[in-house]
Amino acid sequence: METQTTVELVEKMLAGDPRALARLISQVERGDVEVPEIMQRIYPALGRAYCVGITGPPGAGKSTLTDKLTELARREGKTVGIIAVDPTSPFSGGALLGDRVRMQQHFLDAGVFIRSMATRGSHGGLPQTARGVIKLLDAAGRDLIFVETVGVGQTELDIVETADTVVVVLVPEAGDAVQTMKAGLMEIADIFVVNKADREGAERLQRELRLLVDMHAQRNGWRIPVLATEAPKGVGVEALYAAIAAHRQALQESGQLAARRRAHRRKELLDLLQHRLLAALVAQLEKDRVLLALVEQVQEGVLDPYSAAQQILKDREALWHSPNS
Amino acid sequence: MATERKIRVLLAKPGLDGHDRGVKVLAMALRDAGMEVIYTGLRQTPEQIAAAAIQEDVDVVGLSCLSGAHNVLFPRVVELLRAQGADDVLVIGGGIIPESDIPELKAKGIQEIFGPGASIADIIRYIQEHAPKRS
Repeated sequence: METQTTVELVEKMLAGDPRALARLISQVERGDVEVPEIMQRIYPALGRAYCVGITGPPGAGKSTLTDKLTELARREGKTVGIIAVDPTSPFSGGALLGDRVRMQQHFLDAGVFIRSMATRGSHGGLPQTARGVIKLLDAAGRDLIFVETVGVGQTELDIVETADTVVVVLVPEAGDAVQTMKAGLMEIADIFVVNKADREGAERLQRELRLLVDMHAQRNGWRIPVLATEAPKGVGVEALYAAIAAHRQALQESGQLAARRRAHRRKELLDLLQHRLLAALVAQLEKDRVLLALVEQVQEGVLDPYSAAQQILKDREALWHSPNS
Repeated sequence: MATERKIRVLLAKPGLDGHDRGVKVLAMALRDAGMEVIYTGLRQTPEQIAAAAIQEDVDVVGLSCLSGAHNVLFPRVVELLRAQGADDVLVIGGGIIPESDIPELKAKGIQEIFGPGASIADIIRYIQEHAPKRS
């Protein structure tokens, strides 16, 4: 396995080999030197999958909903890829990824590929490499890709800049609709779900969300639906599945799907550049004695960071001479 | 581009066994040691465990069994992994496992057994030293 070239791995992945897909995902996650070649090779196979982001606070029931939605997609004969994201501990760098516990029924279905990802270096809810992993699942022929991330508000911009449809899952315990307004979830959601709808306060939250939705200007003719679900029993899941399909159709008909994807591609390039330039700059800082002295002066409090940044950036050569860039 | 190396571990409980305190303690300890731990929950078949290990591309599979069925279930996981080309995955086991069963389990590809009283520090060190080195 170790001796396989990137070309061989990609060929196998495109032919449907789950282990090759898993290996390529690991390479993308690690940021191996082969990544540009992998992305170049799969590029022609991209754009067929539809990506649904599922976000909400911890314990809202995202994994169970994803599990039930997957069940419905499989009934229609659609293949599914699931990216289940849990946070990396900022203290140890480790992570406990437990979303699979709710998805056991799909483990032996070759039509469902589940990958757990830790957020690693990212500050938001999505790892920086998630977009690359979505591409691999797309190239591997998955019809639907669910990306499940923990989020409690505008930190979830990552998912908006990645998914075609964003489902925000809330629970009655999450508080009133003012909390939702504060967290900026109105700007993020294409569909609201009040899960655990058998609990007290669910109806009130739904009512408030509907009111909020109606106060908000409609985005390109799409009125954000507010749905109620009880995920473990499957209550309301079919309506959610139908709402995702309806949103997809609305995006297609209004031309918004193409516009969203254009914006996503642009953002991806800019993020990639930012990431690589920063890495190159930091690597250079650590090698260059003159630049390092500036960093130390800032550290010691004898030089202000604005002046130091200006001086460092004046030496533009530093940006382009990193060996890895 | 910087390559980020993280040890990925799948922890699973094969068979009919509802005792998950031990595996949960271990999951947290491995996370605190900087590993990415995927926990799949109770009552898994060896087939489910092998399929999850392949999709998650883990370096290590840790099996926990307190029901006495380890002699059947553990080797079956190893067999299934090998059959799918994942023969470089480190498979280790733990639980209530009699000393006398250990040689046969090791002969069948379970590379280490950590019984009652094994220290978490030892398990972490073993994984760090024996997890396959990949690119």
